[in-house]
Amino acid sequence: MNKVYIAGIGQTNVGEHWDRSLRNLSAEAILAAMHDAGDNVAVDALYAGNLLASSASKQSNIGSMIASNAGLTGVETFSAEAGEASGAAALRMGYLAVRSGYARTALVVGVEKYTDMVGSNIDRVIAHSVDYDFEAMEGMTPQTLAGLLMQRYIHAYDVPRTSLCALPITAHANAVHNPFAMFRRAISDQTYSRAGLVCDPLNLMDVAPYADGAAVIMLTADETIARKNDKPLVEIAASAGAVDTLALHDRADALVFSAVTASTQKALALAGMTLEEIDLYELWDAFSIYGVLSVEAVGLAAMGAGWRWIADNADLALVTMGGNKARGFPLGAAGVYQAVEAAMQLRGAAGNNQIRGAQRAMIQALGGPASNVITHILARTV
Amino acid sequence: MEIPRHWRLQKQRYALVGEECPHCNAKIFPPRDVCPECGGEAKEPYRFSGRGSVYSYTVMNNAPAGFEESLPYTIALVKLDEGPTVTAQLTDLGEKEVAIGMPVEMVTRRIKEDGGRQGMLVYGYKFRPVMG
Repeated sequence: MNKVYIAGIGQTNVGEHWDRSLRNLSAEAILAAMHDAGDNVAVDALYAGNLLASSASKQSNIGSMIASNAGLTGVETFSAEAGEASGAAALRMGYLAVRSGYARTALVVGVEKYTDMVGSNIDRVIAHSVDYDFEAMEGMTPQTLAGLLMQRYIHAYDVPRTSLCALPITAHANAVHNPFAMFRRAISDQTYSRAGLVCDPLNLMDVAPYADGAAVIMLTADETIARKNDKPLVEIAASAGAVDTLALHDRADALVFSAVTASTQKALALAGMTLEEIDLYELWDAFSIYGVLSVEAVGLAAMGAGWRWIADNADLALVTMGGNKARGFPLGAAGVYQAVEAAMQLRGAAGNNQIRGAQRAMIQALGGPASNVITHILARTV
Repeated sequence: MEIPRHWRLQKQRYALVGEECPHCNAKIFPPRDVCPECGGEAKEPYRFSGRGSVYSYTVMNNAPAGFEESLPYTIALVKLDEGPTVTAQLTDLGEKEVAIGMPVEMVTRRIKEDGGRQGMLVYGYKFRPVMG
């Protein structure tokens, strides 16, 4: 099987791009990635990760639209959908295609156009990703799920209401130096504790802001292409997914993100690595409670101790470019943003946020409350 | 409007009809095609008592389209006495403070309007505090 190298990366600013479409955003990131790869690289396939286009933008078959708009004629294309983890699903498609040899070079495009619809209508569309018959029909959204989990967590482990503040504070501190981030402003303990309630006890600072954006990774089996322009060589060392029940109410213990555990263990086994060998972990902070339950599920902290581990942690870098919370959360594109950010870290190109000597990064995307978890491990090679 | 979809779910919505697994007797709600306990095929209807307790809850201050008129509303995970957990709104709370562990029972209420003011009214289960 082929090795899978990262030949190029590109991303747009994350934010509310009222004046730009799915076409414009994806093209900007594609052109940036192709330029980063050294231009004139022939592409065989394009896989798009996206959640909302068919409902918010009334557009299906976006692979064709994105490819033709970017001048990529003759490539194969389709999109991958796995809820908010759609970008990671597209990355896995690209990985499988290149690793198997069926594609020599593939583009993975994560793109989301959240602001094509506004108000309660976009909330209804985003709620399509929860169990429609038995969750969304009760008036539920993804935020409700996080509120229910946080309420139960605080009750079960008898922790203070503000115990989950460490992750959003870290995310905002890191986003200050990310030029692509939506909120480049640090926040304090007070900002967190004074934030308005969204779904009690979940407050505004626990919620990653939905946004528009596009990120692109070019994957190749060709080491020569991947090394062009003297770039450090970064490979995808492992890719693995796992599911849990779609609906939260179908789980024996809602506070156990078992698909995070399964997906992480598969990925580490495939890469032949242990958790101790990972230098940065781009966990999924769609909500701060998801980040806390994730560090517990991967085994970094005991159940009920994840919030404290994040607050005390100095050993493993998290959300190094601001995470979904402060970089902004372009839903189905976010998994590809994670990959772009991890590649920057492993190339040593993360600027003020550089994790010194970073060799291995684990990135993890969650569709729903860990209903669908896709984990990738990226590694710098010599 | 999604008339076939609402019609298809009327037994679940109006009467909390789930399933009893013919292989291991597990009680299942919402209904699934395969028993989550034993992996056998599950098809026997089973009507739940509608009694349970609050496992967790949260308050919605913003609503997705179709639910604005209910604002603010409380959504709970209700652990039914027979075992499974169900997602539902709490109702008839009055001045009562919601708490984890609070006993609740099922009632039928209007859930949403499908298609705006001239649209179809969708009825279904909500849960209220057990009286007395």
